[in-house]
This record gives sequence, structure tokens and C-alpha cells, in this order.
Amino acid sequence: MNALAGFAAPDPLSTQVLQVSDLRVELHGQVDVLSGVSFSVQAGEILGLVGESGSGKTTLATALLAHARRGARIVDGRVEVAGQALLTLQGDALRRARGSLIGYVAQDPATALNPALRIGYLLRETLSAHQVQLDRGAQRQRISETLRDVGLPDDPDFLRRFPHQLSGGQQQRVMLALAFVLRPRLIVLDEPTTALDVSTQAHILATLRRLCKSLGVAAVYVSHDLAVIKDLVDRVLVMYAGRIVETASREALFSRPAHPYTRGLLAAIPDVAQRRELAAIAGHAPAPGQRPAGCGFAARCPRRTVACSLAEPALQEVAPGQQVACLDPHRQALQLIASQGSRQVGEVVERPPLLDIQGLNVAYDRQVLFDVSLRVAPGECLALVGESGSGKTSLARAIAGLGENAQGQLYYAGQVLSLAARQREAGTRHQIQYIFQNPYRALNPRQTVLQTLSGPLAHFFGIKGDEARERVAAVLERVSLPASVGALYPHSLSGGERQRVAIARALICQPRLLICDEITSALDVSVQASILALLRQLQAEGLTLLFVTHDLGVVRAIADRVVVLQHGRVVEQGGVDGVLDEPQAGYTRTLLDNSPTLAGG
Amino acid sequence: MRDLSATRWHWLAHTQTRNGVVITLLVIALALCGPWLAPHGPTDMLGTVYGAPTAGAWLGYDFLGHDVLSRLLNGGRSVLWMSVAAAAIALLVGSTLGLLAGFSRRRLDQLITWLADVSLAFPDLILVLLIVSMLGRAPWLIVLTVAIAFTPGVIRLARGSAVAVAGQEFVEAAQMMGYSRWRILFREILPNILTPLLVHFGNMLTWGVGMLSGLSFLGYGVAPPTADWGLMINENQAGLLVQPWAVLAPAVLIGIFAYGTNILAEGIGRSSSRIGEKP
Repeated sequence: MNALAGFAAPDPLSTQVLQVSDLRVELHGQVDVLSGVSFSVQAGEILGLVGESGSGKTTLATALLAHARRGARIVDGRVEVAGQALLTLQGDALRRARGSLIGYVAQDPATALNPALRIGYLLRETLSAHQVQLDRGAQRQRISETLRDVGLPDDPDFLRRFPHQLSGGQQQRVMLALAFVLRPRLIVLDEPTTALDVSTQAHILATLRRLCKSLGVAAVYVSHDLAVIKDLVDRVLVMYAGRIVETASREALFSRPAHPYTRGLLAAIPDVAQRRELAAIAGHAPAPGQRPAGCGFAARCPRRTVACSLAEPALQEVAPGQQVACLDPHRQALQLIASQGSRQVGEVVERPPLLDIQGLNVAYDRQVLFDVSLRVAPGECLALVGESGSGKTSLARAIAGLGENAQGQLYYAGQVLSLAARQREAGTRHQIQYIFQNPYRALNPRQTVLQTLSGPLAHFFGIKGDEARERVAAVLERVSLPASVGALYPHSLSGGERQRVAIARALICQPRLLICDEITSALDVSVQASILALLRQLQAEGLTLLFVTHDLGVVRAIADRVVVLQHGRVVEQGGVDGVLDEPQAGYTRTLLDNSPTLAGG
Repeated sequence: MRDLSATRWHWLAHTQTRNGVVITLLVIALALCGPWLAPHGPTDMLGTVYGAPTAGAWLGYDFLGHDVLSRLLNGGRSVLWMSVAAAAIALLVGSTLGLLAGFSRRRLDQLITWLADVSLAFPDLILVLLIVSMLGRAPWLIVLTVAIAFTPGVIRLARGSAVAVAGQEFVEAAQMMGYSRWRILFREILPNILTPLLVHFGNMLTWGVGMLSGLSFLGYGVAPPTADWGLMINENQAGLLVQPWAVLAPAVLIGIFAYGTNILAEGIGRSSSRIGEKP
């Protein structure tokens, strides 16, 4: 690899690139968000840092750059990168260390790249800020090498482009190039692929692994999803409520996870390869400052004993290279329970369709859907799968009556259905409900949950007052929320709770067809598992579901039938097990190959 | 003091906002109750022209020998009610039109935006002067013209904020439910853009007092011998060096009122910008 030229070979005596000991980060008032964190990373090693929202993983990632977000402070501990004690550095010395010793790749490349600067300028600026000794020729050579390494073209035409002229995957490669161009010893990546499609994600991960191995760069990869990092990392560090609860090699962690939380996480991840019982972890993580005494996970743990709430368990070795902070760690291999297959497809398709779409076209400034026809049988869960730009959301919106530029025929229960919600009869309008992807934008921040939920009641059924309050309490119970939530505003709810309120708003309209647009993609895996369980239960009660998603694991977990969309056309449809086990279309096969899975090696 | 941050009074949680409320209310109370507190009538000739402050007349006498304190206590009502009325009318009309424009985003939007842009091209004071000099100086007419001058700004603010909110999913959810347009405008969108509008309302109060005083100063506002803070500054400017209190007192009160409404508006903006964020 040409990029190795000019790069000092790692000193064999000190292959330990990152050494963190007793790191502690506090919020105002000595509330810790991170405590007692110690670990190390070798040159060329990739460490996966896994945890759900609020676990402190991003706080740890930024602390590795000696940075704490506003309101937080690194109060104790050491961070050594290539022998440099980072936390003692200040001002210019710290600025030089960031970048030249440590590279950082942020979550969303679309906002991390300055939209006003060309790619070439970004790279040159980064180089000249840190490595002044390089002359123009050497600079140009370094930039081309790096661009080729991350799999981008290095011609002048590409260097003159602006970030918005690149695809999401290319933007993230530019971020990788910006980190690697300085030849750092350590690179920190904060969920760099969450905004990307599965096939793009697979390519980026492969590139990253190749670069780290060939350049001997240590990497810390932050993620909330164990399945994503399975093929990338060498070692995994699981975080919960600001503590490391388990650290193990990849093989040990995925085959013999020892901490109940790790096992819970693994059991919550839907898998493409086979349909499994998804088990959600009950309850939610303690907020900073509300940590119970003893083990932070005790309240949610099925194996807790009295001793758990007495003292905080320390990390202890359970097997060579595997440490766990638990008084009673699991010692046997993890058995994931396979559930029975999906229902017979023939049975549901025979009946007259609840929804019949014929020749649907949608065009904005360009056409996004071409002559799409499909049928949804009553009582089934139909998954609509595709990558970004496949037109799956446009299709779902057109069915919901939000598509402004749609043409074609919709039939609902045999009747013609208008493409504009406003022109539909109130009688059918309440039967088709839509749940949005982002629970943070789907609820009016200025209305209490009670107001949000009683609006449709008054609107569709004329129900007000005490009866409305009873109905709201009933529907909240149906989505497993306490009735006291009714008095709250959305900002005091977690993402999962908000999504439950959004589902409750749909349910209170007494729908027959529920359109779910990527409703779990913004949620943690354990929350996702509980939402999926709720949807399955609703389906068992007779609801028809149209589930839009890019995640084939979720499809396997919940759907009966699947429709695969590519560039606005249906490329394959059929029963879930049939399509996922024996895909016919090449595109479906690519999607399957790139989907992260827990099964196999 | 108990924690207000979780209640509907959360916007009062900042000390600055509370100070703003107190200052504004004090000036309003002074203007409202002033006529009863005043030791003399506003048009009683009592002392010498530009007479210095004495024990009986704390702020001295003005250009005709009126008691400055009495005129000050009588002169707040007109300027305050007129600026409040003008700002309120502008807020009402402007936010309705702006909401309509921001939500419809079609021909109606273009029309309203175009009208607002055209009228923004006129300088406020010139526009008001033009209308008042043509149609007369009746108080309701002055209020109306000041409101007209303020409305385009409100339209643009409301439209801009509404566009950002109208794109959010909860508005689409309301559309899907088939809620009426007015319900979506006033129940779903309006509460979410109320903060910038309230801040703007505070600013308009300040500008209104300034503009009305300016009109009086130029001789187009309230007619003498009525007591009015703006008019007082105008009347007594010749004696500024001899008897500064006749000019300074009303000017200081206008300044205090402007300061109070300003920090009140700013405090509201600051405290409620956090609502609706991720916790």
C-alpha cells in the first residue's frame, strides 16, 4: 500500500497506542456521566464501544480527544495517546495533538462538512494546519494517496466539488480521508454509518478495517448496534450508565456474553438470517444523578440478588481476555430462541385486499415512483423495503394522502380512495393511520399527551370530557404507558415513549390499516424490540400493517410479506421467508449480503 | 421561590424576565393611575415659564408655566394605549396573514409576501407621516397607521417561523386527520411560533412609543394642550438648558418603558427557546 510511504512504522516496543485509566466525567454538581473507565487499544486494533443512548459512549469518545461537551467536565483520570498524556495538554499543544495524533469522524457527514468549502480545500487546510513542513507537491501527493485509500477518485475535478455534490457514502469517505490524511495513531469514530444505507455502510466498514490494519492505526468505533460492528471490530467494550460492564474479544462477546445487559442487547437485535423471539429489556437506564446504589443495571436485571444493590461490582476476569462487572455473570453460551416462521402467505393473499394500489406514479422534480401496483391483504403485515431514494416513503405518503404529486388509483376495501387526505371521507380517513419516522418531530411540542390524543377523538367521534379522558387512559395502557403520561409535554418523554404516544394517537382513531414509516430507526435496539412486540400484538388483534423500513432484520422479525423497491420500481415481492431465504432479484441479494447479521462467523 | 420551570409560568423563571415584568408594570401603573396622583391639572398655569423645581413642584414648570410633574403623570396614558393598541393590531393581523402564507405556500403565499415586501420598502415614519398628514390626526387613525407600518414585519416573521414548523410531521399528522386549515394554523402551528411573535410584540411596543413620541415631536401626533410624553419633549426643547427636567423626565420614562418591554421580551424568548428540545 502506497500510503505506508512516509509513515513511521509503529514502534514494536510500544504498540499500546491508547491507554485510558480511571477516567471520570462529571456534570454540574458532581453528577458523574462516566466513572472508573480504564482500557487500552493496541496499534492496528479496532475497539467497538457499544451502548444505548445515555450510556456515556459519546462522552467517552469525545473525552479521548480531551473534550467534554458543554456543561460536562473531565475531572479525573489519564488519557495517553502514543505516550502523550492528553489531558495535561492545553491550547496549541492540545490542538496539535488532536488531528495529528487522533483523528475524529463524526456521526453525520452532511453536517460535519462545511458546505461552503470544496473537498480539495478541506483536505489542504487540514494538512497545512497540522503539518507545515510539507511543501505543495508533497501535500498533493499525500492527498491523492489518502483519497485512493478511502476509495475516492483523486482527480482535480473531484477535488473541486462541494460536499453537497457528493452522496452520503462519499461524504463519509471524505470524513475518513480528513482523519487519515494526517496519519494519526488513533482514530475515533462516532456512529459514522447510522445515516447511510446498508450497502454503503458495508463498504465503509470494509474500507475502515483495511486502512486500520494496513496503516497500524488504532480505532475506537462507537455504535449502538452490536450487529453492525460484528465483522469490524477485534474487541468490544459494552457500556451501561457511564460504566464499562463488559469487555471481551469479538468471538467471546458474541458467543459467550457474560453480562446480563450484553445478553439483553444481543437478544433484542432482529436478525436477517432467522426469525427470533425478540426480547426487550424491561425499564430504562437511570439518568445521570439517579443511579441507584450498587449495580446500575440491577433494577432491570432478571438475575438480581440482594447483594446487587449493596456494592457496585468491579470488572473481573471471567475468561482470558473477558472482563465483566457483575456478581453473577452468565458462563454458558448464548442461545437465541428461534420463533416459528411467518404465517402462510397463501392464506392472506386469497382474501380480497384491504388496500389495492394500481399504477401509482409520483414525481417531484424527478420521478420517484414508476407504475407501482401492490395489494395489502387484511390482517397481514406487509414490509416495504428499499434504500434511501427507492421511493418507499413516497409510496407510504401517497397511501396516507400526503402525496402531493401522486397519480394513480387507490382502492380501499373495494372503494376508490382519493390521493388527498382532505378529500377523503371522515369515515375512511380514521381507518388509515400513519406513524412517522422521527418521534421527536411527530408530536406537537406545545401540546400535552392528553391534548394530542383527545384531538382525534373529538374530531372523528365527537367524544369529549370524561369519556375522552377514559379513552386516552385506555389507549395509553394499550401501548404500555402509565396514564400519568397524559399530563406531560413531549419534551419530558424519551424517544421510545414518544413513539408509543405517536402509536397511541394512531390507535385512538380506531384504524384498520397502520402505515409505519421507519418507526424504529431512531430508537435503541432494546426499545425497538418492545415497539416491534407491540406492533405484533396489534396485528394479532386484527390490525393490518404496512411497515416501511430499510432494515431486513426488522422485516424478518415482523413481516408476513415483503415488497422490495429499487429506484421507484418493485423488483421483488413475496412471503418473507421465501424472499429472504431465496432472493430472486440481484438487488435483493445485494441488500441481504450487506445486512449486518449476528449469525455465523 | 418554588421552581417555576415545569409549570406554565416557566417563562418567569429568569430573574431578568421578572425584572422586565416589574419595570413594565410600574410604568404602565404610573401612566394609568397618574391622573389621580397628579397634584394639579395638566393644563393649569401655575408658575413661571421654565421655572426651576421647588418644594411644591418637584420637577419645575414648563414653557407655559404648567407643573411638569402633573403633565408627566397625565401624559403617559395616550402614548401607552396607542402603542399597545398599534402593536396588538399589527400582531393580530400580521400573524394571521403570515401563518396563512407560511402554511399555504402557494399563490396566497406569493401574494401576501409580495404585499409585505412592497410595504416594507417604505420607511415606517415616512409612511405614517404621509397618512397622518393626508387624513388628519385623530388618535384612532394614528394607531391604525402605526399598526399598518408594523404589520409587514410581523407577517415576515410569522411566515418564516410557520414555514419551519409546517414542515414538521405533527402538522402533517393533523392534515392527515383532516383537521380544518384554521385549526391547524391556530392550534398546531401558532403555539410553536408564539415565542418569536411575543418577543417581536415587545419590540413593537418600544418602537411604537418611539414613533408616537416622534410624531408628537414633529407636531403630527396628539394635539396641544393635551399632556403627552412625546409632545412634552417637543414643547420644551427650547428650554432644555434652563429647565432640563421638562424634557428629561418624559424622555427617561419612555426609556425605562422601552428597557422594561425589551428585557421582558428577550427573557421570554430565552426561556422558552428550550421547550420542545430533546431533554
